[in-house]
Amino acid sequence: MSAPPQGHDHDHDHQHDHDHQVVPSDLTLRVKALESLLAEKGLIDRAALDALIDKYEREVGPRNGARVVARAWVDPAYKQRLFADATSAIAELGYGGAQGEHMLVVENTPQVHNLVVCTLCSCYPWSVLGLPPVWYKSAPYRSRAVIDPRGVLREFGLELAGETEVRVWDSTAELRYLVLPERPPGSEKLDEQALAELVTRDSMIGVAKVVLPASAGAKA
Amino acid sequence: MNGVHDMGGLHGMGRIEYERNEPVFHALWEGRVFALTLAAGAWRKWSLDALRHQIEQIPPSEYLRLSYYEKWLTAVTERLVHSGLITRAELKSGQPAPGSTKVAPALTAGQVPAMLRSGAIASRDVAVTPRFRAGQLVRTRNINPEGHTRLPRYARGKPGKVERDHGVYVFPDTVAHAADENPQHVYSVRFSARELWGDQASPRDAVYIDLWDDYLEPA
Repeated sequence: MSAPPQGHDHDHDHQHDHDHQVVPSDLTLRVKALESLLAEKGLIDRAALDALIDKYEREVGPRNGARVVARAWVDPAYKQRLFADATSAIAELGYGGAQGEHMLVVENTPQVHNLVVCTLCSCYPWSVLGLPPVWYKSAPYRSRAVIDPRGVLREFGLELAGETEVRVWDSTAELRYLVLPERPPGSEKLDEQALAELVTRDSMIGVAKVVLPASAGAKA
Repeated sequence: MNGVHDMGGLHGMGRIEYERNEPVFHALWEGRVFALTLAAGAWRKWSLDALRHQIEQIPPSEYLRLSYYEKWLTAVTERLVHSGLITRAELKSGQPAPGSTKVAPALTAGQVPAMLRSGAIASRDVAVTPRFRAGQLVRTRNINPEGHTRLPRYARGKPGKVERDHGVYVFPDTVAHAADENPQHVYSVRFSARELWGDQASPRDAVYIDLWDDYLEPA
């Protein structure tokens, strides 16, 4: 797990509402009523809702993006295809479709650090990262990422050198961005699968670097 | 619209609350709202831009108070009513109106994989002459439409440089209002952080924004 914002992480061990204003049971009832009305009218099929939820809870998530990143690290020709046509290169690994129809990959290097945000709503590359975390959709991140990216990164525990160029990508259109993080030093002997296991969601949004755990370094 | 949703550059929103091992949905109802929004969207009675605009129209104090999927719930409910798929009376009673016919077929579970695989393609394979090219200096227009737009306020009237031409896409400012698709080129435009935020910003940093042809004018 990459470094979370200092002092503001909490473990998820209870059901709670993030904005702390609404009694959840009210919402549960409201949603049940709407769902049942739609089902009665034939507008939705409850089994389709189950299938949609299952897809994003079990199948579509940041492991997809991690495989793309690991492939790009070990296969220079793949990496080239990724920059030439990210949507097609990502489709080679079987990922695409909803909120990944038009993909772009931006590369972190020692000179350039990329950070992705959607200031206007919550645009995010579902096909490779799954559904966005609450913080990504929240007012603090959306408001600050463009005006104070270095401060935001610092909150995530990432201090960038002054000479590093920070590029913030505001996802205002239908293009969706995946950050290709830097391959961590010391990972030369790891194979593609082991590399994929190192890649975190946060590193592919651009709020973290990929780090080699001490144990993996010892193995390699 | 100049709404609170357009929050790039605002101060006072607080620190980022990070949650370790965050679940995809925090409650069962969140998943149901997510799924029913996608399933109802399959009727194609509204565009994604229309749904976004519906969320933007939530009054500012509510917008900031509601959780993410509560905003979706509010927006999809409004869209369902506006599109005539349900009525306010039905919402209130929770029952289909007497004599209303059951429409069919709804999106089935079997159709879900194909729907997600194809997604919604916003690009259009039509010949439209681009007004700008990569490398060109441009300035964003100073527009303040009351309707939907994807030109953030922090980037209006600002000089930037076209980095690349993404091709032709439907125009959200019209699509959100069920008007013409008005397909046009979308460009990645680079804005120096100093141009956007002044001397407080690092001279090295930049914000890249994807902008439609109609948002830009030659510098």
